[in-house]
Amino acid sequence: MPPTNADASRSRWFRSWGYHAEFYAQTWRGSVASSVLFPILYLAALGIGVGHLVSHHTGLVDGQTYLHYIAPSLLATTTMQLGEGESLWPVLAAVKWVRTYHAAATTPLEPDDILIGKLAWVATRAFVTGVFYTIVIGCVGALQSWWCLTLPFIGTLVTLAFSAPLVAYAARSQSDASFTTLYRFAFVPMFLFSATFYPLSAYPGYLRPVVQFFPLYHGVALARAAAFGQGAVAAQLGHVAVLVAMAAVGIAWGRRTMRRRLTD
Amino acid sequence: MGTAHDAAPVDRLMLARSLPMIGSRRSLRVLERNALVYRAQWVMLISGFFEPLFYLLSISIGLNKLVGPLPVHGVFISYARFVAPGMLATSAMNGAMIDSIFNTFFKLKISHVYDAILATPLDVTDIALGEVWWALARATLYSASFIICMASLGDAGSAWVVLCWPGAILTSLTFSCVGLAACTYMRTWQDFDLVALVQLPLFLFSGTFFPITLYPQWLGAIVSFSPLYQSAALLRGFSLGQFDWIMIMRAGYLLAIALLCLYVAARRFKRILAP
Repeated sequence: MPPTNADASRSRWFRSWGYHAEFYAQTWRGSVASSVLFPILYLAALGIGVGHLVSHHTGLVDGQTYLHYIAPSLLATTTMQLGEGESLWPVLAAVKWVRTYHAAATTPLEPDDILIGKLAWVATRAFVTGVFYTIVIGCVGALQSWWCLTLPFIGTLVTLAFSAPLVAYAARSQSDASFTTLYRFAFVPMFLFSATFYPLSAYPGYLRPVVQFFPLYHGVALARAAAFGQGAVAAQLGHVAVLVAMAAVGIAWGRRTMRRRLTD
Repeated sequence: MGTAHDAAPVDRLMLARSLPMIGSRRSLRVLERNALVYRAQWVMLISGFFEPLFYLLSISIGLNKLVGPLPVHGVFISYARFVAPGMLATSAMNGAMIDSIFNTFFKLKISHVYDAILATPLDVTDIALGEVWWALARATLYSASFIICMASLGDAGSAWVVLCWPGAILTSLTFSCVGLAACTYMRTWQDFDLVALVQLPLFLFSGTFFPITLYPQWLGAIVSFSPLYQSAALLRGFSLGQFDWIMIMRAGYLLAIALLCLYVAARRFKRILAP
């Protein structure tokens, strides 16, 4: 049976996915420290060290020990950082410095295939990272509900919500000058102020809407709800909607910027 | 030209004179060159002020209430006041390491700026020392801004916090010398993952977020070898106005590491650039 049009396009983006997978198979070592070891170190220092101090003074935080309270949020921050790290410099390198994507565009691959293959690969890594962290969170005893089985999917969603718009942005960038600024003025504050390390109620009332405006806040809230099995379903659907919307806008924008960059 | 160069301010040259083995006053040309290049990246210079501020703000808003007052030498202080000097030490370490490892590696092995510099009257040791001047100049600005933020958030324990300024500059000196020596051993960009592998555990476990008395005794003894721990303890003493003879040993330890690494760096630079 001859391949239909849909089959051909599916296998095309899969080629782009395969390229990233193969490249990663050669260069995975460096990423192990940042995506496996670092969050565990954070969990040990803050969860156990600072957690010891918190338990003496405050006791439970939102009904959880401090270690349990921050464990799920580290899944969200790690998957956010994965999305950031995979999407800025690597994409700019692929469209400007090394021009791997230009090379790919001379094959039957369309810009859309390159984009979707890239995002599918980032999602694959996010899912594996999510499974790993769910196990870590389980090891410290913070999984309290069957909803925790959704944690790897939540991690993947957080990664895509960051990766898709950032890939689109990097694909239209001329230099990496703004990337460092993004890290310092957007990603670092988001890491620190998304109710990651203490509850939203710690913020004064006028700052809470600002915190809720951060996309990572929704990822952290979702991860916590899934691990503890707490919270209204409607609120969780709201968090999911925010993250899905970011990913969808990112993909639509990325299709335009990739096409423009690769057909110039 | 040589005499024109020698007209540079004298006080900055004191250290250069006292270290005749490593560099001459010509090293100030390297400082000047880096400052000129950096003028094109002033946004980065400004943004560097904000990152430690974000950390301090985040802790002041939330963790300060959750953790509550901690005893330091018998006096109870708020958690934000406990953490602030550690964050200052960390920002000094990060700033110095990033600049001295990444930028120096780039100039040493990728853009070959140093090979170009060697075509001038400067020699290899001038380059190593010049990079240290540059790190110190940056540290002076960064740490002053951090201390001002610290004081305005109410996270400084006493007026002695001004002594944190030289303390932070000493910390930057130590880590920029460490970075300078380390970068000569780097082969590829992949080796830089090792830098983060050293930096993050230092940041998290050097008595920055919780007192090292929480560790079992043997582990606490190991942590006390961490230069970041020594620096954080020194700066905490200054910030709280709690003085102690052991602080002289802490400062001496940081200075000894700095001199040792600068010596190694100068030798390694010589081997790489002028074999």
